[in-house]
Amino acid sequence: MAYALVLVPLVAALLAVLFPSDRGRPWLVVLAALAQTATVLLALREPRVTGLDGWLLLDATGKLVLGVTTTVFLACALYLPGYLRLRPERSNRIFCMCLLAFDAMLALITEAHHLGLMWVAVEAATLTTAPLIYFNRNARSLEATWKYLLVGSVGIALALLGSLFLAYSQLQASLGASLLLEDVLRDAPHLSKPWLHSAFVILFIGYGTKMGLAPMHTWKPDAYGEAPGVVGALLAGGLTNCAFLAILRFYRICFAAGDGAFARQLMLAFGLLSMTVAATFMARQRDYKRMLAYSSVEHMGILVVGIGLGGAGIFGSLFHMINNGVTKVVLFLAAGNIHRAFGSKRVEDVSGALRRVPASAALLLAGFFAITGSPPFGPFLSEFTIVRQAFGSGRYGVGVAFLVLLCVVFIGMGAAVVSVVQGAPSAAARATDFRDDFGTVAPIVLCIGVALLLGLYLPPPLERLLNEAAASLGGAS
Amino acid sequence: MSRAVDPVLVLVILLNFFALGTSRVHAVINGVALQGAVLGALAMLVHGVHEPLPVLLGVATVLVKGIAIPMMLRRAMREVAIRREVEPYIDYVPSLLACAAGTAMSFLFAQRLPLAPQHAGSILVPAALATVVSGFLVISTRRKAITQVAGYLMLENGVFIMGLGLLEAIPFLVEVGVLLDLFVAIFVMGIILYHVNREFASLDTARLSSLKE
Repeated sequence: MAYALVLVPLVAALLAVLFPSDRGRPWLVVLAALAQTATVLLALREPRVTGLDGWLLLDATGKLVLGVTTTVFLACALYLPGYLRLRPERSNRIFCMCLLAFDAMLALITEAHHLGLMWVAVEAATLTTAPLIYFNRNARSLEATWKYLLVGSVGIALALLGSLFLAYSQLQASLGASLLLEDVLRDAPHLSKPWLHSAFVILFIGYGTKMGLAPMHTWKPDAYGEAPGVVGALLAGGLTNCAFLAILRFYRICFAAGDGAFARQLMLAFGLLSMTVAATFMARQRDYKRMLAYSSVEHMGILVVGIGLGGAGIFGSLFHMINNGVTKVVLFLAAGNIHRAFGSKRVEDVSGALRRVPASAALLLAGFFAITGSPPFGPFLSEFTIVRQAFGSGRYGVGVAFLVLLCVVFIGMGAAVVSVVQGAPSAAARATDFRDDFGTVAPIVLCIGVALLLGLYLPPPLERLLNEAAASLGGAS
Repeated sequence: MSRAVDPVLVLVILLNFFALGTSRVHAVINGVALQGAVLGALAMLVHGVHEPLPVLLGVATVLVKGIAIPMMLRRAMREVAIRREVEPYIDYVPSLLACAAGTAMSFLFAQRLPLAPQHAGSILVPAALATVVSGFLVISTRRKAITQVAGYLMLENGVFIMGLGLLEAIPFLVEVGVLLDLFVAIFVMGIILYHVNREFASLDTARLSSLKE
């Protein structure tokens, strides 16, 4: 089972290379995503999924992330045939192969319990996404890809350095140096403190770069702005969550070593900084796809703030990871559709989307309300849990700053979204013949449905999983 | 760890300065390649030549870092016909000074980190940190994309030095994975470089500036 999670998409990637027809290949991705979803559903029910002598082990936190990335990938795969039909001018062979290989690497990250293997998987996932960002083959997407690769590679290299520091903290304490998570957790109280602290800081910066926390977020607006919407959705709902999982793994080690407070302090600082930077740049953002990138920076900030607050904040943060993942798919795919219909992603060029692509525009609006924490959507509950923890634990400053930043983002993002959605279709925008159809709308409806459902009803198995994961990170529900 | 390691690490640090101080792109690539090859050889030396796997890994490192990647970079250089780094964001002398400051800071910081008994007195950690910092300096102060790739390689070399002290801790499979990832990363960067050159008729990353706030 542990192998199947990675092998199903990997074999499909191979088949995608061999598949001769550009028209049929997206459907192969759909098939692979369905098969992968079925495998994941089986794996989630199983109490113990393990392989490679414990190098692969699907724990509660891993299951949560795997659940999110699989949902996100399924929605994106379902969207794919409708999207690629509009792009017949270029071959999608590399695109489909990289998508599937990327999915395989995401699955590997979620179940890797060897920190070295996890690093290899994160790096591989980064490399498979570079051709995806470059899909449009123009100067701007090239620039975005270059920045993504360079910034991402530096981050990843730092993550490796941090992993080595962690191994050295075992060696220095005369423990057998092994990067197997179970071993490190068992030895955590005896690890050499100076090495452990340096390791956590370096790892946090390294994987934080992949997550897109400020001030290491610089690749994000470019990559999300220039990549096809479906790639933006996969990065914002898949890769960044996996980077978050990596940080959680190291937080768990710090917590087990009795240094949780040190790590939480660091996370609070970076989280609030990310939210501030995002709010600042969203307030005057004229490009609605870049705006979504800053929204992703903001929500990555929220995730680490939640962990930084500890207690119920950890439950809230894990829950928010799910909510943010599915809502980001709604936003990116809807924005992609509108981009297609108007041929521009400048806010001043686009208006009246409700008239030209009513379904996509309505979904963008719904996604906007969901992501900014309006009830009855899921993000409201998770953000509320985090705020309650802030005030409940006496961190009024953090709580107030959190709420103020959410309000600033709501206003900034709201102004842009409303001006895109409402009004008459502007003359400045090029009219394209793209209109909503079932294939490009249904996957978005699916995701907003999940976000809505999570706001109204938390299924007991999911709640159990969240509690288990939060408990492993020292949180309370 | 044998006493022979420290002089080699000093050579590695000197190569950092060499790469930051030269204006010829060719020289930067050669410096970084030599650094990688020296480190691969060092890995074999540290671990002894009795077991097959570490030797294999050392040979693979020398081949990838010392020969294959530099060859790819030189080919890319020929295709795009550049020789010199023009007007780096920070001039050569200031960047050498920055490198010196970074190296000094690395030594100071490393003093706070207690070493395992087998590494006592070794400059393993400061050399690793100094090389990482120098690599970062090359990436952030040079304009040519190809020099930035060399800087990334240098940064990876620094991480590799840290790995030297941990050869027994990091399983073979992971080491191979790391090396493979590095190779593919440079390969992908090479492809992107080629497209950058075709699109912008230059490898000057200062031209990659249409995406700004």
